[in-house]
Amino acid sequence: MSESLLYFFQQVINGLTVGSTYALIAIGYTMVYGIIGMINFAHGEIYMIGTYVTFIVVTALASMGIEFLPVVLVTALAISMLVAGSYGYAIERVAYRPVRGSKRLIALISAIGMSIFLQNYMRLAQGPRDLAMPGLISGGWDLSGEGPLALSLSYMQAIIFIATLVSMGALTWFISRSRTGRACRACAQDQGMTSLLGINTNKVIAITFVIGAMLAAVAGFLLGLYYGVVNPMIGFIAGLKAFTAAVLGGIGSIPGAMLGGLILGVTENMTAAYFSTEYKDVVAFTLLCLILLFKPSGILGKPEVEKI
Amino acid sequence: MLKLSDIQTFYGPIQALKGVSLEVNQGEIVTLIGANGAGKSTLLMTICGDPQAREGQVVFEGRDITQAPTAQIMRSGLAVVPEGRRVFTGMTVEENLAMGAFFQTPEETERLLDHVLKLFPRLKERYTQRAGTMSGGEQQMLAIGRALMSQPRLLLLDEPSLGLAPIIIAQIFEIIEQLREEGTTIFLVEQNAHRALSIADRGYVLEHGHIVMQDTGEALLNDDNVRRAYLGG
Repeated sequence: MSESLLYFFQQVINGLTVGSTYALIAIGYTMVYGIIGMINFAHGEIYMIGTYVTFIVVTALASMGIEFLPVVLVTALAISMLVAGSYGYAIERVAYRPVRGSKRLIALISAIGMSIFLQNYMRLAQGPRDLAMPGLISGGWDLSGEGPLALSLSYMQAIIFIATLVSMGALTWFISRSRTGRACRACAQDQGMTSLLGINTNKVIAITFVIGAMLAAVAGFLLGLYYGVVNPMIGFIAGLKAFTAAVLGGIGSIPGAMLGGLILGVTENMTAAYFSTEYKDVVAFTLLCLILLFKPSGILGKPEVEKI
Repeated sequence: MLKLSDIQTFYGPIQALKGVSLEVNQGEIVTLIGANGAGKSTLLMTICGDPQAREGQVVFEGRDITQAPTAQIMRSGLAVVPEGRRVFTGMTVEENLAMGAFFQTPEETERLLDHVLKLFPRLKERYTQRAGTMSGGEQQMLAIGRALMSQPRLLLLDEPSLGLAPIIIAQIFEIIEQLREEGTTIFLVEQNAHRALSIADRGYVLEHGHIVMQDTGEALLNDDNVRRAYLGG
């Protein structure tokens, strides 16, 4: 394979890596939107908290002398999902449930307030500066070619792909097959009717927030290990990116969020590789503007049709 | 079984029900007829607590449910087939029925499913089809089937005949009578007054948020005022 082709495929792999984590975060936006029709602007902060918890757990385990990698990874992932899930629940209770009946603008302001609060709370608790962690997982496979331009897949990237696939698979099963997942879909379509069947819709909505938060924590865990750096502001940009991914794929659609994340990740990486790193965010948000202008329902979203 | 006393319900500043009292006894079919906008659907939904009555009392099987949350009311032995059917169009027939049986044990669900598919063989043919792709009549059957999946002692029906072909309407009314024979009490809101009064033990006439008449189904069917106003002379 020629060098330029190898380079191209390498960019695809790198793009899919970041894209799969965008997809994980985007699912939280899309699920919450699907069920209550509001964008949870504090969702990016959940991702940030997930990353911090991962760092804290890894460091704590290291200081206790536990360095067996599978144990460290599983513990860190489990604890960050647990903590992020509780934050997701709390956000719903504190910032959403009290204002659910009122105008959308009020809920939006409430969510942005929550987002600012969480950023600054982390800033106070952990300091405003970057925290870095040495890479736990290094090395990888050379797939093709040799030297600096070889096509390679790092172990960390493989872990990201596998973890994303497993999470998506579990979510898909949950939504399409489980009893609670069915209630989530029912609630997304007709909340009033769902409660007319005796189902406590408050509970269903809370579960949706918790699941979205847990997936964001998976993303926080993975990207934390991948980049090895965290600061209290990372949730803001990641949240915007994932929001873009959700809109791109069609807000409210879970497969759409997955697809949107991957497309956005690859597009960004291509821009950085062939054009300029500085422009990758510009391209991402230009994409958002174009979608909103020309196909607001996104790639897999359906415009709503009501049958009387 | 169900007793409403002096119910007043508001939509914002608009008063839809101005002191309605009525009663449904165990084993009866009771119908509520009235013109468009008389408040029939509002009355039915007030029983479900959505919206809640501002004044008055709703008592079901001896318990005051006026202020109870909708979900809790609907778990206490009532089920509703609401206006416009409101089946989950994105879900299959199977999933819609499963939603109705949300609080039943697997064994009960099995038994209820059998019963519902026997009542509506059409649903069996459409079992794995998405509800949104079905005809209005099929969706109505699904909405009734879904309600029955919760084993209600009292079934509330809001205009089950609306927009359906006469042959389907006949089928649905047959099913309603059959359900009563099986021991389900039925409260039926209808604009199709003739059909509703023919199968009802008792009926109420609602006008502008007031009950203006109440009698046996047969007596109302033969009443001159009712004939003029609701049965086309």
